[in-house]
Amino acid sequence: MSIMKLTATTAVLAALTATSATARDNVQVAGSSTVLPYASIVAEAFGENFDFPTPVVESGGSSAGLKRFCEGVGENTIDIANSSRPIRESDIALCTENGVNDIIEVRIGYDGIVFASQIDGPAFTAFEASDIFNALGATVLVDGEVVANPYTQWAEFNAELPAADILAFIPGTKHGTREVFEDKVLLQGCEDTGAMEAMMAGGMSEDDAEDACIEVRGNGITVDIDGDYTETLARVDTNPNGIGVFGLAFYENNTDSLKVATIGGVEPKTETIASGEYPVSRPLFFFIKKAHIGVIPGLKEFAEFFISDEIAGPSGPLSAYGLVADPELSDTQATVANEDTL
Amino acid sequence: MTDNTADMAAPASKGKSLLAQDARTRKRNAAETRFKAYGIAALAFSILFLAMLLFAIVRNGVPAFTQTFVNIEVELPADVLDKNGNRDIDDIKKVSTFGYNPLIQDALVAVTADLETDVADGDLKKMLSSSAGATVRNAVIANPDLIGQTVEFEVLASSRVDGYMKGRVVREDLARDRNLDAAHLDLVDALSETGGVTRKFNWAFILGADASESRPEQAGIGVAMLGSVFMMLVVLLLSLPIGVAASIYLEEFAPQNWITDLIEVNISNLAAVPSIVFGILGLAVFIQFAHLPQSAPLVGGLTLTLMTLPTIVISTRASLKAVPPSIRSAALGVGASEMQTVFHHVLPLAMPGILTGTIIGLAQALGETAPLLLIGMVGYIASNYPDGIASGFLDPNSAMPAQIFEWAKRADPAYYERAWGGIIILLLFLMTMNIIAIILRRRFERRW
Repeated sequence: MSIMKLTATTAVLAALTATSATARDNVQVAGSSTVLPYASIVAEAFGENFDFPTPVVESGGSSAGLKRFCEGVGENTIDIANSSRPIRESDIALCTENGVNDIIEVRIGYDGIVFASQIDGPAFTAFEASDIFNALGATVLVDGEVVANPYTQWAEFNAELPAADILAFIPGTKHGTREVFEDKVLLQGCEDTGAMEAMMAGGMSEDDAEDACIEVRGNGITVDIDGDYTETLARVDTNPNGIGVFGLAFYENNTDSLKVATIGGVEPKTETIASGEYPVSRPLFFFIKKAHIGVIPGLKEFAEFFISDEIAGPSGPLSAYGLVADPELSDTQATVANEDTL
Repeated sequence: MTDNTADMAAPASKGKSLLAQDARTRKRNAAETRFKAYGIAALAFSILFLAMLLFAIVRNGVPAFTQTFVNIEVELPADVLDKNGNRDIDDIKKVSTFGYNPLIQDALVAVTADLETDVADGDLKKMLSSSAGATVRNAVIANPDLIGQTVEFEVLASSRVDGYMKGRVVREDLARDRNLDAAHLDLVDALSETGGVTRKFNWAFILGADASESRPEQAGIGVAMLGSVFMMLVVLLLSLPIGVAASIYLEEFAPQNWITDLIEVNISNLAAVPSIVFGILGLAVFIQFAHLPQSAPLVGGLTLTLMTLPTIVISTRASLKAVPPSIRSAALGVGASEMQTVFHHVLPLAMPGILTGTIIGLAQALGETAPLLLIGMVGYIASNYPDGIASGFLDPNSAMPAQIFEWAKRADPAYYERAWGGIIILLLFLMTMNIIAIILRRRFERRW
């Protein structure tokens, strides 16, 4: 009886509050934890400069954010999804299924992905993509043969690297960063070392070979970090031999405890990323639900403010925090002004 | 008994003294001493850990309660801030915080004019928080008459400068830092001698709103504290009446059969369910099914109510059971109805226990983070003060433990200090609640 009473009371209460819930007057944003710092900086400045309330920004990862974005149209769904990867066909299919048809894609700039290690640790100061692949790939090329990765120390395949045990903390699969790490580092290294060619010569299809290339060793040598960069930093702090994968902005805020490695001889900096010399970078996006423009007060103003020159331009606060400004920002501004959908 | 005396007499008769311990007694006494030593060691160990924990919390958290400010005199020229010259508030609002930055830079140049430094004029602003523009702009909007005057402002120093004043940032760290140079620190040293840079108690940390990733110096736990208060109101208003009603019925009225047995087992099981499970339940039921707003303290409160109910039911039933049956028999004997017996006699006697259980349940709910992760209370959420009671329940907000979790995740090391500071405040809340529970128990507890 009492359990029934309990559920009945709760249900009545829930129904009462649901009907009395007032119209939402703040913009709600969720998604990539990489975009979160930038979105919070813009939201704060937006709240200061406009009469609208400060938008609410949640994290949770690109995929989780897009999933919530595609839950439907209405006050109870988010207005903007942050993402550190482009929207996929599967996301769009889910959106369409739930009636979210008009999506505006906004590219805010670029983010660099850096390899950093403990500041007092071994001298990991220069990597090639092939080094990372040889160290972390599940299968590598040794003496012309594709074998399960036999290396335990960096110096075993590249004498210029320190004779330290291989240990890497890489972003987990729910992070958008993982995809960039796979595409721009592991796959590149796989091709550079000739492992991919050897795999395809061994009878694998191109897709299978690519999948084999991006497979990491696991087994305590590569550790997936599902949390944020703070967790990676804590792991690197306690493991002198550990290499961590970080966003450029995070590294720049923690230069007192991390040292960064060059990739292909190029140091990761906003300049080298903007020019494309530093290879491991990716665009950052947010997606606006067009149906909410005009319904949720301040949504369009927030989006326009986000990509205005004084915010996302090369001398704005986002750039100061570590975002690499988009050279084609004016095109993006036009997209938002005209509400051009995908 | 007789056997015992016979046994004891037997060794004595073999010429052994009662006063000298035999081997077996010594062994038993030694075992007892050892056991006491284990107990003391365990106690000492846990006290040591507690002391270490408290030491770490206080050492890391106390700096968050002070903050470094820079005094600057900002000229507020009318031709920049109010181009039409009619002091129209809408015109004044058109000048964004970015429009105030050049004025602040000029003020900084003036402050450091007498000091020798290599820092370029454009880089001076790295000493200040990026909130400086907003501080000045808000003052001008609140009082447009300031335009045309030179006004003294106390603005926040940047988190690196603040860290330097607190000893968290040392000069060597700045060699590769983009946010500040050692030359800035020379300026800070010179200014703090003349009183231009001061460190004060940080009310904004206790009362303020959360800040963005780039401004740890501005972040406060006040809004999240309000979020926690509204959540606790929901929990108290729902779980106390529901929990007490359920326990009274189960304990005093319900027939003893397999259904009540089943309910009893389920309540005990629910009390042991990990809180994250209640988070998933809250997400599914309150947000996805009942369409209550995301991140609202109301939803947080409902979810935590589910989590707290079993605790309250169990403690309430225990205190009802502790009331002696003689009280009930006496009340029934003088003609009270069953309900009168419960409400006039049993419940008042069980009240201290019920209240203690409720407060401890609330304290547990106050410190709970896991369910809040799933209902969207973590992120850059606690940025607006609620406008009123309704908006306090329904507008997105965070809660203290969720805010601490969020700060601990952020990149800037200054947020780490804030997280520890937040822990101190949360612990003070929990301590207060537990002390109230102890006082209630001491004052009103009856022994039979």
